[in-house]
Amino acid sequence: MATILEAKGLSKSFGAVTAANDINARIEQDSVVGLIGSNGAGKTTFINMVTGYLKPSAGTILYQDRDITGMQPRRVTQLGICRSFQIPQLFNTLSVYENIRVGVGIAGRSRSAPRQSEPEARAQIDRLIEDFGLGGYRTQAAGLLPEGVRKALDIAMAVAGRPRVLLLDEPTSGVSADEKFRLMDMVMSALAAQRVTVLFVEHDMDIVSRYTHRILAFYEGRIIADGEPQEVLQHAEVLRYVIGEQLHVSAGKEASRAAD
Amino acid sequence: MNDAKTPTAFWDRTMIGLSAALLVLLIVGLVLPQWALSFGTVGVYLGIVVLGMALLMRTGLVSFGQGLYYCLGAYAAGTLDHFFNLSDLLVMVVAGALLAGVVAGILGLLLARYRDIFFAMLSLAFSMILYGLLVKTSQLGSTDGFGLSVKTFAGIALSGGRARYLIFSFACLLGFVAAAFMHRYWSSHLGRLATAIRDNELRVEYMGESVRRVIHLNYVISATLAGIGGALMAGAIGHVDPETTANWTTSGEFVFIAILGGTGSVFAPFLGAGIFEAVRTFALERFPNTWQMSLGITMLLVMIFLPGGLWSAFRARRRTA
Amino acid sequence: MTQLPAVVIDGILYASWMFIIAVGLTLVYGVMKILNVAHGSLYALGAYTASTFVAYWLAHGHAPVESYGVLLVAAIVVGLVAGLLIERGLLQFMYGREEIVLVLVTYALFLMLEDLTKLVFGVDPLLISEPYSLLGNLQLGHLIYPVYSIVLVAAAIVVGVVLALVINRTRKGKILRAVIHDREISMAMGVNVSRVYLVTFTVGAMLAALGGALTAPTTSVQPGIGAEVIVLAFAIVVVGGLGSLAGAALGALIVGLVRSAAVHYAPEVELFSVYVVMALVLIVRPKGMFAAAESRKI
Repeated sequence: MATILEAKGLSKSFGAVTAANDINARIEQDSVVGLIGSNGAGKTTFINMVTGYLKPSAGTILYQDRDITGMQPRRVTQLGICRSFQIPQLFNTLSVYENIRVGVGIAGRSRSAPRQSEPEARAQIDRLIEDFGLGGYRTQAAGLLPEGVRKALDIAMAVAGRPRVLLLDEPTSGVSADEKFRLMDMVMSALAAQRVTVLFVEHDMDIVSRYTHRILAFYEGRIIADGEPQEVLQHAEVLRYVIGEQLHVSAGKEASRAAD
Repeated sequence: MNDAKTPTAFWDRTMIGLSAALLVLLIVGLVLPQWALSFGTVGVYLGIVVLGMALLMRTGLVSFGQGLYYCLGAYAAGTLDHFFNLSDLLVMVVAGALLAGVVAGILGLLLARYRDIFFAMLSLAFSMILYGLLVKTSQLGSTDGFGLSVKTFAGIALSGGRARYLIFSFACLLGFVAAAFMHRYWSSHLGRLATAIRDNELRVEYMGESVRRVIHLNYVISATLAGIGGALMAGAIGHVDPETTANWTTSGEFVFIAILGGTGSVFAPFLGAGIFEAVRTFALERFPNTWQMSLGITMLLVMIFLPGGLWSAFRARRRTA
Repeated sequence: MTQLPAVVIDGILYASWMFIIAVGLTLVYGVMKILNVAHGSLYALGAYTASTFVAYWLAHGHAPVESYGVLLVAAIVVGLVAGLLIERGLLQFMYGREEIVLVLVTYALFLMLEDLTKLVFGVDPLLISEPYSLLGNLQLGHLIYPVYSIVLVAAAIVVGVVLALVINRTRKGKILRAVIHDREISMAMGVNVSRVYLVTFTVGAMLAALGGALTAPTTSVQPGIGAEVIVLAFAIVVVGGLGSLAGAALGALIVGLVRSAAVHYAPEVELFSVYVVMALVLIVRPKGMFAAAESRKI
C-alpha cells in the first residue's frame, strides 16, 4: 500500500520542554490509525505539526511524497489534510447548516478541484447533515448545541473539506460513554464511501481497538509502540505508561457486552 | 439565519424593499421642502459610509478610522472642482471611491494583520495622520478647509431650484446601488465568510481560506463606500475641512451610527443615520451643549438593551406581527 | 544642532506631563482590559475642577501658595468621586462583554462627560495662572524654563516611583499583578476582583484628574481638551505597551522627544508625528494570529 503521510525525525521543543522527540511514522493510504498516549505525551503536538499549527524544531513531514514541513495550516488543508479539534472550533452564532455551508463553500472553491456548482454544494451539505445525525439541529445556532452534537458538527466540518487525510483530535472526548460508539460509527460510515486515511487521537481503548488497523502509542514525546491493535495493546511499555489499569476494566466491559 | 433551501433569487424581499424605497424617495422628493431634501441627503451619504462600517463589524472589526477614507473622498471631490474645475458630482464620487480604494488597498495590507483594540488604534492613527497633514497644509486651507461647488451630475445640470432635489436623487441612487451591492455581497460565500471569521478565525484558516485576504477585501470595500460618502457629502455641503472628516471624533460618529442602526440588514445603517442626523439637527439647535450627552446615553441604552441595534427591534416586531 | 539641549529638555517636560496622564490609562487597561476613552474627560474634569477651586480660593483672599494644595485636593476629590460613580454605576455591569464593547461604552461615557463638563463649568475658557507664575523662571544656559515645569517633572517621577513601589513591593500590588495575569484564577484563589477593579479604576481616574489639575495653570481650560488628550494618551500607551507602567514612561519619553523634535525642526509634521510613531510601533510590535509566543489554543 502506498504511503500517504510520513513523519521523519519529527521533534518539537518549547524551551526545556520536549513535546515531541524523534517521531518516525509511515501512514498508509486508506488506513485507520489510532494515536494513544496519556495527556502531554505528544499526540496533539504531532497533529499540530502535521497540520502546520506548530513548526517542528527538527524533522520533516511528507504528504504524498511532498515536503509540507512548516507549511501554513491553510495550505495544508488545501492540499487535502483536514482536522477536527479537541475543543470543537465552530462558528457559534451561525446555524448548523451555515457552519457546514462555510466549509463546503471554501472547499468547493479550492484551486485544486473544479468549481463546485450550487446544487452540488447543497447536496453535499444535506448529505453531511444526514450522515452526522445533525438533521434535528439544522437551524440551531452552533453555540447552543449539546456537546456531543458540537463534536459531530466539528468533525462534519472537517469532512466537508473532502480530505484525503483526516486527523481527528479526541473525537469522543466529552461525549457520554454510550454515545461514543454511535458517534464513531457515524463518522466511519460517513467516510466509508470516500477513500480517506484517518488518524485519530483516542483515550478509550475500546474505541481504538474496534476501529483501527494500526496504533501508534506515544509517551513523553516518543512513539513507544507501532503496530496492530492486539500487539500494541499488550505491549509492556504501553500497558505500563498508557493503559495502566484500563485494559483490565475494558476487558470486563467487552465480556459483559458480549453477554448482552 | 436563513436556511436558503431555494436558490437565492435576485429579487428577494430586500431588493424589492430597496427598489420600493428608492422609488418612494424619488417621487416624494419632488414635493419635499429644501430642508427635508438636505436632511435626506445627509442621511443617505452617512448611511453609505456606515454600510461599510457594518461590513467590517460583521467581520468582527471595529474601525475608529473610517474618517480617513471619508476625508479622502471629500477632498478628492473638492480638489477636482477647486483646482481642476471639474465639477461633475459623478466624476467626484468615482474619484473619491478610487482614491479611497487605492489607499485602503495599500494600508489594508498592514491593517489586515490586526484585530480588536489594535485594529481600532491603528486605523485611528492613520486617520489622525491625515488629519495632521491636512491641518498643516495651507494650500488645502488648513483647519478651515475650502469650498467647492458641483455643477453637473453625469452631465445633467445641477442648477436652479431643482439643484437640491437632483443632488438628493443622485444620493438616493448611489445609496440604492451601494445597498444592493452590499446585500448581494452579504448573501454570497464571501459575505458568509465575514461572520465566520468573526466567530472563529482559526477554523476558517483551517478550512483552507486566507482570513487576511478576506479582511483585506472587506476593508477595501468599506473604505470605498466611505470615500463615496465623503464625495457626496462634499458635493452636497459645498465645503470640506479636516475637522469634520478626518478627526477621530467623526470616525466615532460612524461607529455610533453603526451601533445605533445595527448590522442586521442593509437598511439598518440608513435607519441609524437618519435617526442620528435627526437627533443631531434637533438637539444641536435646542440643546447645543447636551447633544453629545444625548448621543452617549442613546448609545449606552442601545448597547445594553438592544445589542443588535434599532433594526433588531424593528425586525422582532415584524416577526411577531 | 545647538537646539539639541532645548529639544531634549522640552521633550522631557512634555513627556512628564503625558506620563501622568497616560499612566492611569495603561493601569486601567492592564488590570481591567478596558481602554478607557473617558480618561480624557476625567482629565478635563480635573482641569476644570482645579481651575474653579483655585480661582475661588484666590478670590477669597487666601495665600497663593496654598493654591497648590487646592489643586491637589480638587484633583483627588473629583477623581475619587467620578471614578467611584463610573465604576459602580456603569462599568461593573458591563464586565464580561468583549473588549471592544467596553471601549465603546467608555466612548459613550466620554460623549456624556464632555457635555456634562460644559453644563457644569460653562463653555468659556478658564485661566488660572497663579500656581504657574508664582514659581518664576529658571535659567539654564541661555534657555529659560518656568519652574512650574520642573515641578511637573518631579510630580511625574513621584507618581511613577510610588506606583512602581506599590505594584512591585506591596502585598496589594501582588494581588494586582495576580489579577492582571489571570482574573479567573485570582477569583478562584479568593481575591476580591470586584474590589480590585474598583480601586484600580478610581486610582486611574484620580491620576487623570491629577494630570488635568497640574496642567490647568499652564493653559486655558476649555471644551475639547479631553478629546485632544485622549488620542495622545492612546498613542503613548500603545507605543509603550498596553498595561505596562515602564511602557507608559518609555512611551511618554519617545512621544515627548519626537514631538519636541518636530516642533523645533519640522513644525509642519508636529501634529501627526506622534501618530506616525504610534503607527510605526504598532507595525513592529503586535503580531498577527499565529504568533509563536501565544499559549496553545487548540
